[in-house]
Amino acid sequence: MNTAQPPAIHPPGRHFRTDGFYAGSFFFTGLTGLATFLILAILAIILGNVVWEGWGSFSWRFLTGGTERDMFSVENAGVLPMILGTAARVILMTIFVIPIGVITAIYLTEYARSGSLWTRFIRGAVNNLAGVPSIVFGLFGLGFFIAFAGQNLDRMFHAGAEPHWGKPAILWASLTLAVMTLPVVIVATEESLKAIPSGLREASLALGATKLETIFKIVLPQALPGIMTGGILAVSRAAGEVAPILFTGAAYYMASLPKSFTDQFMDLGYHVFILSTQSPDIERTRPLLYATVLALLLLTFTLNIVAIFVRARMRRKMRAAH
Amino acid sequence: MTVSEITLPKFKVDSARPGASAEEHSSRAPLIDLKNLSFYYGRSQALKDISFFIREKVVTAFIGPSGCGKSTLLRCLNRMNDLIDGVRVEGEMRIHGHDINSPEVDVIELRKRVGMVFQRSNPFPKSIHENIAYALRLQGVKDRSEIDGIVENSLRGAALWDEVKDRLHTSALGLSGGQQQRLCIARAIAIKPEIILMDEPASALDPLATAKIEELVLDLKRDYTIVIVTHNMQQAARISDYTAFFYLGELIEYDTTTKIFTNPAKKQTEDYVTGRFG
Amino acid sequence: MNMHRHFETELDSLKEKLLTMASLAEAAVNRSIRALVERNDELARTVKADDSQLDTLEMEIDELAISLLSKAPLAIDLRLITVAMKISHDLERVGDEATTISRRALELGQEPQLKPYVDIPRMASMGLDMFKEALDAFVNRDPAKARAIIPRDKEVDALNKQLHRELASYMIERPTTITRCLNLMVISKSLERIADHATNVAEEVVYLYEGRDIRHSGKAAAPVTV
Repeated sequence: MNTAQPPAIHPPGRHFRTDGFYAGSFFFTGLTGLATFLILAILAIILGNVVWEGWGSFSWRFLTGGTERDMFSVENAGVLPMILGTAARVILMTIFVIPIGVITAIYLTEYARSGSLWTRFIRGAVNNLAGVPSIVFGLFGLGFFIAFAGQNLDRMFHAGAEPHWGKPAILWASLTLAVMTLPVVIVATEESLKAIPSGLREASLALGATKLETIFKIVLPQALPGIMTGGILAVSRAAGEVAPILFTGAAYYMASLPKSFTDQFMDLGYHVFILSTQSPDIERTRPLLYATVLALLLLTFTLNIVAIFVRARMRRKMRAAH
Repeated sequence: MTVSEITLPKFKVDSARPGASAEEHSSRAPLIDLKNLSFYYGRSQALKDISFFIREKVVTAFIGPSGCGKSTLLRCLNRMNDLIDGVRVEGEMRIHGHDINSPEVDVIELRKRVGMVFQRSNPFPKSIHENIAYALRLQGVKDRSEIDGIVENSLRGAALWDEVKDRLHTSALGLSGGQQQRLCIARAIAIKPEIILMDEPASALDPLATAKIEELVLDLKRDYTIVIVTHNMQQAARISDYTAFFYLGELIEYDTTTKIFTNPAKKQTEDYVTGRFG
Repeated sequence: MNMHRHFETELDSLKEKLLTMASLAEAAVNRSIRALVERNDELARTVKADDSQLDTLEMEIDELAISLLSKAPLAIDLRLITVAMKISHDLERVGDEATTISRRALELGQEPQLKPYVDIPRMASMGLDMFKEALDAFVNRDPAKARAIIPRDKEVDALNKQLHRELASYMIERPTTITRCLNLMVISKSLERIADHATNVAEEVVYLYEGRDIRHSGKAAAPVTV
């Protein structure tokens, strides 16, 4: 039994009070309530501040305009290229990270011997990956994707003096983000696979299904909402990240939208950084900065809401069977 | 009252007479033949040198206290134990004379011939129709009308058709526990196995649903060989023709059900069936 | 610890009732025979009271047995309960036979004694011995002893037949004795039936402890090693 009870909550010998008032419980309820309130208050202050400061400059023109004339001008600058760039890199990242993450999770839960040295090693690696600071991923992307993979591709397929692969690009930025969010997808998928009752797998196998048939026809359809959750978490994490794309694909300024995966792109998060550090007149640029932050928040919310909506539909469909 | 009305007719005349069922079935060929079967989970031995044979088209019950190895043995018969890491089998286990543990045996094929119904009903989270159709498609049955026909026949075979015929395309999870278990039986018989293994199929059901499952087992033994693990001695007495009693991984006694439950030869068996264990 | 304490307490009470019945039945037979031999009408009338006690006990045993059966006992327990029902039925019938004997004894008391009673008390003591031994076998879990009782039924049967022949010749020679002879024939028949019931009990005891049904098989004298 638990002998180390905090005295304030369970004073020894006075575990029950029949006269109504239970100080420990009252105190703890208050404490948890306070903590919750604090979180909500902080969130409200941040959002309120952003909306308050940025709403004045937040307009249709701002959302659909570019930065051709003056990227620091409250009257002229827009954020459409950044919105598109951020959306593109997030979607591209999802396309990379989901299959790799899901396959890894399937390996870990369905095939690998649980508790073996090898499985423990992979799990440890995944957990460590989750703890690496994002700027390190940026450097890794620069070193591995651009300097190693990109330059080798150039050597093999692109003979010109100008590097085609071996330079920052939306492809490398997305891949870097994919590596960064891989643990999230793996863990979420693993959890959802583990939550599927083993009875379902046994039922399928007992009917003479192979392991592969069982995984694809019984297990994975069940795990889809969980996998989607992993995707949502990955998107949430990746959308606001700047550090990993700093060296791998984000551009300070581009005259036109990217045309291929090997082009650089402008990014909302990075743009916020630029506006807040590179502006000739910080005070005047401030409304623009806040409006951009607002756009970034809205984009993240939108991507999340779309994913949550898709997941909810999937769950409903599953509950109705078929 | 309704329960007793349903369960009472199940006391067959032949099981009331000692030895009668033994004569009736003595002509039945042995279908599953076990010789010196031992089974290990890692270092611990779950089954110790088990030898006996199970006859064709009768119901054989495995009884014994928890952990006696009866479920392990059941799962050996369709090699479900293969799914567990670090298990080892010794000895012979023959069905129709073929050793099912030999490396050239196709486990997938074996499981199509030896169906299984589990303790907890485990319908797929799909429609009732799809639950059975899935099993058929695994067999390579593609034709829609053929699938529909087999779905109906299997549901009739599992005494479920009348209850679900109007909602074949609704989720199987909407069925009651007993109906779900009968759906699992329908799914198992859809692919026409020879043997059906049942691992405490009614242990989670109420008496009425249990009675239906028991009734079904008695119907099914006309066409299938049934091996059932049960903790319920009265259930074993009601539905089985032969009973094997296991204790600590050993087969203590195997005889006609009537003999085991009225006059067991071994002291351990008697102590177990009369509830005077330990 | 025994998980079936309550159940076993009830089984014990079943056995106890059975033994009470057995001693009552034995007493009733003894008394009816003594009433006959000593021409004691008073004694003969008390037998009736014993019989109604036996009837009540039989019903009690049936009730208890049914309630125990509803708990779905198996193996030795199942056999004990079904056997108890059968033995109690046999004992109740023994009580009925004692009543018959006492009634006939009363009628015989109205007339002078036909002849000295030798065979009848002998038959009675043989039947009662068989009974006692069958119940000993029951209490001591001794199926071999029970088996040994069964052939002795034949001796009682033989005595009964012999007495019938004897009485028949009396009736032919002196028709005035017919009423008395018929009464004695009924008594003799009753005693023969008591021995039959004792045999039944012995067979039930064999079934109880060996799980083997030896009725109508002619194997009674040949104990089969298990």
